[in-house]
Amino acid sequence: MSDNNALLRVEDLRLYFRTRQGVVQAVDGVDFRLGYNEAVVVLGESGCGKTSLARAVLRLLPRNVDTYSGRVYLNGTELMQMGNEEFRRNVRWVKMSMVPQAAMNALNPVLRVGEQVAEPMTAHYLAGKEEALAQARRMFQHVGVPVDFLNRYAFELSGGMRQRAALAMALVTMPNMVFLDEPTSALDVLTQANIFNVLKRIKKDLEVSFILITHDIATSSELADRVAVMYAGQIVEVSDARRFFSDPLHPYSRMLMASVPRLKVDQEPTFITGHPPSLLGPPTGCRFADRCPSRFEKCMEEPPVFEEQGHEVKCWLYA
Amino acid sequence: MSVDVKGREDVRDEALLDQLGPERRNGALLSIKDLKVWFELKRWGFLHAGYVRAVDGVSFDLHRGEAIGIVGESGCGKTTLMKTILGLYEPTEGEVAFAGSEVDAFGSRQMRSYRGAVGYVQQDPYGALPPFMTVEGILEEPMKIHGVSDADERKQRIRDVMAEVKMTPMDDFLDKYPHMLSGGQQQRVVIARAMMLEPRLIVADEPVSMLDASVRVEILRLLQGLQASHDLAVIYITHDLSTVRYFSEYIFVMYAGKLVEKARVDELLANPLHPYTHALLAATPDPDYRNALTQKTVPPGEPPSLVNPPPGCRFHPRCPHMIEGLCDVEEPPDFEPEPDHFAACWLHR
Repeated sequence: MSDNNALLRVEDLRLYFRTRQGVVQAVDGVDFRLGYNEAVVVLGESGCGKTSLARAVLRLLPRNVDTYSGRVYLNGTELMQMGNEEFRRNVRWVKMSMVPQAAMNALNPVLRVGEQVAEPMTAHYLAGKEEALAQARRMFQHVGVPVDFLNRYAFELSGGMRQRAALAMALVTMPNMVFLDEPTSALDVLTQANIFNVLKRIKKDLEVSFILITHDIATSSELADRVAVMYAGQIVEVSDARRFFSDPLHPYSRMLMASVPRLKVDQEPTFITGHPPSLLGPPTGCRFADRCPSRFEKCMEEPPVFEEQGHEVKCWLYA
Repeated sequence: MSVDVKGREDVRDEALLDQLGPERRNGALLSIKDLKVWFELKRWGFLHAGYVRAVDGVSFDLHRGEAIGIVGESGCGKTTLMKTILGLYEPTEGEVAFAGSEVDAFGSRQMRSYRGAVGYVQQDPYGALPPFMTVEGILEEPMKIHGVSDADERKQRIRDVMAEVKMTPMDDFLDKYPHMLSGGQQQRVVIARAMMLEPRLIVADEPVSMLDASVRVEILRLLQGLQASHDLAVIYITHDLSTVRYFSEYIFVMYAGKLVEKARVDELLANPLHPYTHALLAATPDPDYRNALTQKTVPPGEPPSLVNPPPGCRFHPRCPHMIEGLCDVEEPPDFEPEPDHFAACWLHR
């Protein structure tokens, strides 16, 4: 991982939590990069550490952190050495922001939507109220919310409109990249399609990069340039979308893909037996080995990341 | 409804259960006729301010061993429809009949039998299981309420059903509390509880929407297996068209309180008639990298208010094929342009 053309580069990122049962290794040695104006999907099941990954990069940490280490480069600048205040002032919500899960339900009910969307501008750029609202208005136009909604309260907006407002709040400071954590999982199919239309348009118009965190394989293909599959705290495959959605490499990715019910193709979905390992002391060797149909002796050792036709896969089959 | 304070013995209404015997197989198990469920809106607590027409004229028949999927967006009335079927809401107009008798007219005894004959699989398994009860306690509860007084019999039944939902080895699970189980296992317990009293009908409200992709198919297969082996009727309520196809024989598409299209699954997917069904199908993605390259066509606007639904066809303000002077004036009846394929749309008159 030596290219300097990446907007974001993450190396050996670890985030462990202390709990009463022991140390949970939520993010365990993750490497990846995000290019300029690129959308990477982080795909994984619940509890695989995908939200913790976003929180680790944005340094939105709970109190019970046990280990927090690794290197994160944004535009070539190392972020992990940066002090908390400097990070808050110059990075979070300035260079990268986030639409957290269920953001649309987290809007303040007693503030007008416009004021909330404009707030990051006043906090980070010390903008006056008028100036901040003008920027919020511009963002509302980008995400397709009628501008007169600025003066409404959250409960007066439908789910789709609230989700767009949350997106506008993440974009209002014009960051380079936005984390989207399950942006459409609570929305209806038509609203979901609408939001993805908006995201595609914004990616083109504002040239932002996205990291889309989701468990929904079918809708993730609506935005993905590349796909990173996460399993038990580790990234097991990174492929470009074209390859991934037709012929993924890692056995886990293959089984995940086969479990997607399809509407237009006649193909019986299958399921993966067993459960992901506990992150409280994950097994040595490949973490998917227990459930893997193609495991062999080698899988007792932890696989490194192999390169296969320009794609990365953490599996001994590609040694 | 009065509370039955008598002993718990003999509370099952044998007359109702007899009606469900094999001799009724040819009649519909569940028959819904022109069902309307409206909720009154009040201003200042007493002034009438209109109705929320959550379900507004729904009719269908369901026979034993049949599985139907009801597909619609949130707020279209599918949950109200389901709760009315379960007897939790009273119909404003029309009727829900189970094995020929009207559910709304049931006395408390019949209602109790009815609740045993209809199983309910909730959407959020964690929320549906009492956190302070063990799996065994949860599964035993319905039998206690329904007067299975022999403890050994209850134990045996729990073992049988646990085996059926493939929760083995069962001794590992019986003493556990819901939070100790994974999402898929919790949903199995919910299904087991619904199966406990040997129901004739299962109502499943988005049973897999809270589960991970790799488990979803497993749970749907399980429901499918139970449906076949017990000759169950199943109503599967969802917003996700892609899973219905693997589960049910019929799909009913619901929009703003009405069923706008009814057809067999293959027929509906191959030959959708209603413009709303078209829109749903177009918006549901299959995994394909090309999805990222194009914008999707989505009908403008949002589903209408159920307090003041638009006149005529309720989809007309969003419909690309709206016929002026017809769609916005007169409500379309169910047309049957193909045999056994109904669409409430003037385009198919």
